[in-house]
Amino acid sequence: MNKMKLVMVGNGMAGVRTLEELLKIARDFYDITVFGAEPYANYNRILLSPVLAGEMTLKDIMLNDVDWYEQHGIRLHLGKKVARIDRSVGKVVAADGTEENYDRLLLATGSNPFILPIPGRDLQGVLTYRDIQDTNAMIEAAARYKRAVVIGGGLLGLEAANGLRQRGMDVTVVHLMEWLMERQLDRTAAAMLQKSLEQKGLKFLLRRQTGAILGTADGRVTGVRFADGEEIGADLVCMAVGIRPNEELARSAGIHCNRGIVVNDTMQTFDPRIYAVGECVSHRGTAYGLVAPLFEMAKVCANHLAHMGIGRYEGSVTSTKLKVTGVDLFSAGNFTGGAGTEEVVLHDAAGGIYKRLILKDNCIVGGVLYGDTVDGSWYLQMLREKQNVAQIRDQLMFGQSHLGNTGHQGQSKAAAMPDAMEVCGCNGVCKGTIVKAIKEKGLFTLEDVRRHTKASSSCGSCTGLVEQILASTVGGAYSPQPNRAKPMCDCTDFTHEEVRRAIREQHLLTIPGVMRFMEWRTSNGCASCRPALNYYLISAWPHEARDDPQSRFINERAHANIQKDGTYSVVPRMFGGVTNSAQLRRIADVVDKYQVPTVKVTGAQRIDLLGIRKEDLPKVWADLAMPSGHAYAKALRTVKTCVGSEWCRFGVQDSTQMGIDLEQAFWKMYAPHKVKMAVSGCPRNCAESGIKDVGVIGVDSGWEIYVAGNGGIKTEVAQFLCRVKTAEEVLEYAGAFIQLYREEARYLDRTVHWVRRAGLDYVKQRVLDDAEGRKALYARLQYALRGEKDPWAERAQGADRHEFEALTV
Amino acid sequence: MNPQKCKPQRREGAKVRKDKDGGFSSERASNGWTKVSAVVDIPPLGARVVKSAHGDIAVFRTADDEVFALRDKCPHKGGPLSQGIVYGRHVACPLHNWSIGLDDGKAVAPDEGCAERFPVKVENGFVYLRI
Repeated sequence: MNKMKLVMVGNGMAGVRTLEELLKIARDFYDITVFGAEPYANYNRILLSPVLAGEMTLKDIMLNDVDWYEQHGIRLHLGKKVARIDRSVGKVVAADGTEENYDRLLLATGSNPFILPIPGRDLQGVLTYRDIQDTNAMIEAAARYKRAVVIGGGLLGLEAANGLRQRGMDVTVVHLMEWLMERQLDRTAAAMLQKSLEQKGLKFLLRRQTGAILGTADGRVTGVRFADGEEIGADLVCMAVGIRPNEELARSAGIHCNRGIVVNDTMQTFDPRIYAVGECVSHRGTAYGLVAPLFEMAKVCANHLAHMGIGRYEGSVTSTKLKVTGVDLFSAGNFTGGAGTEEVVLHDAAGGIYKRLILKDNCIVGGVLYGDTVDGSWYLQMLREKQNVAQIRDQLMFGQSHLGNTGHQGQSKAAAMPDAMEVCGCNGVCKGTIVKAIKEKGLFTLEDVRRHTKASSSCGSCTGLVEQILASTVGGAYSPQPNRAKPMCDCTDFTHEEVRRAIREQHLLTIPGVMRFMEWRTSNGCASCRPALNYYLISAWPHEARDDPQSRFINERAHANIQKDGTYSVVPRMFGGVTNSAQLRRIADVVDKYQVPTVKVTGAQRIDLLGIRKEDLPKVWADLAMPSGHAYAKALRTVKTCVGSEWCRFGVQDSTQMGIDLEQAFWKMYAPHKVKMAVSGCPRNCAESGIKDVGVIGVDSGWEIYVAGNGGIKTEVAQFLCRVKTAEEVLEYAGAFIQLYREEARYLDRTVHWVRRAGLDYVKQRVLDDAEGRKALYARLQYALRGEKDPWAERAQGADRHEFEALTV
Repeated sequence: MNPQKCKPQRREGAKVRKDKDGGFSSERASNGWTKVSAVVDIPPLGARVVKSAHGDIAVFRTADDEVFALRDKCPHKGGPLSQGIVYGRHVACPLHNWSIGLDDGKAVAPDEGCAERFPVKVENGFVYLRI
């Protein structure tokens, strides 16, 4: 069968990214031809600024060289501009007469710089700043001439000005408006930016309308005259006053355009055989000039070209970072405020830090950060998810990382770190390695960086730093992944929430059933989606959906913790941290009998036996005759207690018994992630209830319940939920809270992550205000746990024998 | 042993050493293939470990009942691949989640490395290894 013919016009980042996505999911679907007007293969246009500034070379910024096209069987016409599209027969014709027929056409013609319609615009030495040719022309001019004028004090203009200054020119930036980057910055931030750029040697002329460009008789530029008659001299004039979607080709072919080629949510133009992506399109009335949205478009377009189309592009919230070394700047959304908005401002003029967030109805709608942008992506994420920030308002300005983050020497500003400093303490990755990988491998997303360098791929506490490094290296191209739209994994475009809803509404009971119904791209998922699906099924349909051990991580399949040498560790359950001589004696006997190399008291008031061979596990469990501690599982781990009123002279409640009761009630409970609880007998809080998923503190009149704390990767203080009188109420409220978490959190969310997203108000409304709902939640948890067996006892009696027995030859 | 080598196929007719226990010697076929298990004794999308004189070998079974054999040692830090989650024709190492191709033993890019492969065949519902 003949393959369909796909022709792409335009060889830039958006178009080629679409081809890459397409080849990933449908390698042999199309016979592909590409026309590029420039004589170069695909390069990283956003890194032109570092090239201009002399920090990188053209070779550094190539994304796909000519070999790449050849390897993928793509016919590449470089230096050929397509002159017309003949839609009636389905072909494109280049200016040199080259013709190609198409079944599907992809327009990725990008944008053109806007040229001010003023006298002198054609003079020699008047340039725009858009491609390699412009960049090279500026580098050449910088070597020969002294004075440069950049018209336009926006993002592109400032990057051009900085580059020319780095190359030794005397640069003046001319701007029409009252302050720089007025589309991204407010007056205060712009003033700080201007001051810091002035320190780098740039000069600024604001509120100047350019009237004409002056030149010599033989056509070489000599200066600029403003509307009020003032003149300044110049040997080079760079116009950076904006871009216009390049829609000329599409328009001449009769395709509907309106400030860009108009496309729908599947990136289709008004001619259904013709798609368009990138800066040339107008989507829901918006044309995007930053790379991140273009990549989102590319993904959706590729999906539809591959006939797998379920994805929709629904527009992007964009953010801006300026790629000028040493300047830290971030802006997103509505940063000017207006009716119905309020603002939170932190301004330390001497320290060079300015942060302004605009809130509306307790949600972030925009913001500007200058000097300290570490939390930019956090704010952007909350903005996109319309997260209610009422609860965290008092800490909002200090950011996400102000406490408890470990593993990177307390650093929070990537810019201040030397290349050799370690960023990721888990995987030993230093800043220089990350920067190098981003530049050399053309990485754009956090996921890319994680895959290639492993930085922030383990505990994740350095994610903010890695994002900053990424942002300062690729600049405006970087946009943090919005959690909301993030699919579960590469096997599907559906989010966790969508999958959970389908499981509930369609009464799906098996993993293959979910994959069929939701049209999974892979035949049996991957190591990331299968454990999530397994949890979603057994938590949605307890006693109906069957657990799939092959979709469990080894620890949960073997009911012990795998260690680095392939042996396992065994932590028996000691309810409430209480043990006795019989248990200790059996533990001691096991240690002797199986020659357990290490016995350690854990942080959770239990005993860990390390270095046990897998084949010995069932025998060890039989000999211990103690229940599983689930120290290996996304389940209730432990309920830590203090001795409480039974012994302690300060104790006001029997915390030990309360802890035992909680653990007896909830053990064997699987959850999206591990769940830890603690009960203290008085507010001295010796059981550290303040950093647990559910922390209970005895007070004279009853119990206080705290939720969503965390003592691990990042210390998070638990939040007060309520005060109750009796032990029964503690069980009911804690149980209802945990069940809500089990039903609504994403797999691998700890309670703190989920509560932060859902909001403590929502939790209070479901658990406190709605008494019937609370009882129903608690009842559902009890139903789920009814009849649940101790996995160790079952296996000690011979269940799943194949898991533990090796074959021998 | 060099964990990087990517074409470590053992030579035909490699000498079979005497089994210490002797219990399984009757399972050996004369042409160098050794019967190790019934296919049904390996869980679909799972693996079993074969303890051999040449060290531990992981025998995997995919959803389509294809069977593959690799040395039970991740090229990254030696994790036991037999304990990983099997999906498609890959296994995710239980220690640090590297993905290893079952058919070629290679780590999925951008990771680099290779687990040793062993010839394996299925006949009449039984799995045979050549080791």
